[in-house]
Amino acid sequence: MRTIARISAREALECVLDPEVPVVTIADLGILRDVRIDEDGHVAVTITPTYSGCPAMDAIRQDIHAALADAGYDDVEVHTVLAPAWTTDWITEAGRGKLREYGIAPPSPRRHSGPVSLGLGVRISADVACPQCGDSRTREVSRFGSTACKAHYVCDNCREPFDYFKAL
Amino acid sequence: MSTHRQEYVLRLGDDALVLSHRLAEWSSNAPQLEDDIALTNIGLDLLGQARSLLTYAGKLEGRSRDEDDFAYLRQESEYKSCQLVEQPNNDDFGFAIARLLFFSTYQVALYSGLTHSTDATLSAIAAKALKEVLYHREYSTSWTLRLGDGTAESHERMQQSINNVWRFTGELFEKDAVVDGLTSEGVAPDPERLSAEWNLYIDSTLAEATLDRPNVPFRAGTGRSGRHSEHLGYMLAEMQYLHRLHPGATW
Repeated sequence: MRTIARISAREALECVLDPEVPVVTIADLGILRDVRIDEDGHVAVTITPTYSGCPAMDAIRQDIHAALADAGYDDVEVHTVLAPAWTTDWITEAGRGKLREYGIAPPSPRRHSGPVSLGLGVRISADVACPQCGDSRTREVSRFGSTACKAHYVCDNCREPFDYFKAL
Repeated sequence: MSTHRQEYVLRLGDDALVLSHRLAEWSSNAPQLEDDIALTNIGLDLLGQARSLLTYAGKLEGRSRDEDDFAYLRQESEYKSCQLVEQPNNDDFGFAIARLLFFSTYQVALYSGLTHSTDATLSAIAAKALKEVLYHREYSTSWTLRLGDGTAESHERMQQSINNVWRFTGELFEKDAVVDGLTSEGVAPDPERLSAEWNLYIDSTLAEATLDRPNVPFRAGTGRSGRHSEHLGYMLAEMQYLHRLHPGATW
């Protein structure tokens, strides 16, 4: 019985969408870290923020409570952890596909930490393919886009602007 | 020693909180939309770091003060931020970039060092924040290069901004009993090491931007002991107004 209950709590949580990119779930993004349920039906959910100042965390917490309440879990606790620090490498393949379909270029694999290049602002970014036409002739317009986790790009082939989910 | 630790965490949290407010003041005031968004996003990152740090300071204190109590209900003399972060923007983009270059370069060194801290909470906050401040440093570096190595006027104004901000940077690396104690415990990185890393990066960036390293003496730091320039009081009056008018108000 307990095993079944635990699976359905997790299933309920896997439907919770990210409030700022409402096509991917918090599980797709790697924000949902752990779900535990004890003998008394107490559910402990662990989440981690994408950025320290992510303003969506409160909404995500509320959505988790609502999703679990709908699935019949009322005794719920949501913990936020910072370590290990979230990385875009945790975004699932399914999540990356949904981002691309939505018009957001998914993050490139993370650079290894090392000295940051001192080159001038405008960078050629061969590895960011346009989510509209798929062409790789794209360039960064601004390192900071509509939310902290995205940069603003433009495609030189189809001329469309688009968001790029920054590697972190 | 936990009072030293709380004091140290407050300093880091207050630095991040005060600069986040100064960056938020650029909302709708930056020279172009992209920078409006960049500066406020950077401010948001710093606000997030401040929230984690002030929450931890409250835990160390053990008197159940939370992040809001620290942010909204302390007066000027209880703030432990350095004077660099409270200086007003005066609608001067060059000044904002110079300050961000100096502060983000300091934060990259600081958080890199703190990832090895013997304090697990601090090292977790630092590992997360380090990824963010690397983007801040890259942003301010690219503008420093563009303005310093740009037109005659942009070069002149960027040099002026660098000169104006320079005197406030010494305070970032000052030592006292709090820092010394925590350094020897392995909680905090040694300010001398941070200063060496900072100088290395700043010197190479200024050189590439064709800017001169200022030959200006540092101002004695007083922010850590709660003595601030006249600007912090006005800033806090604005920041704390709503919370003090409606105590306990939530969204």
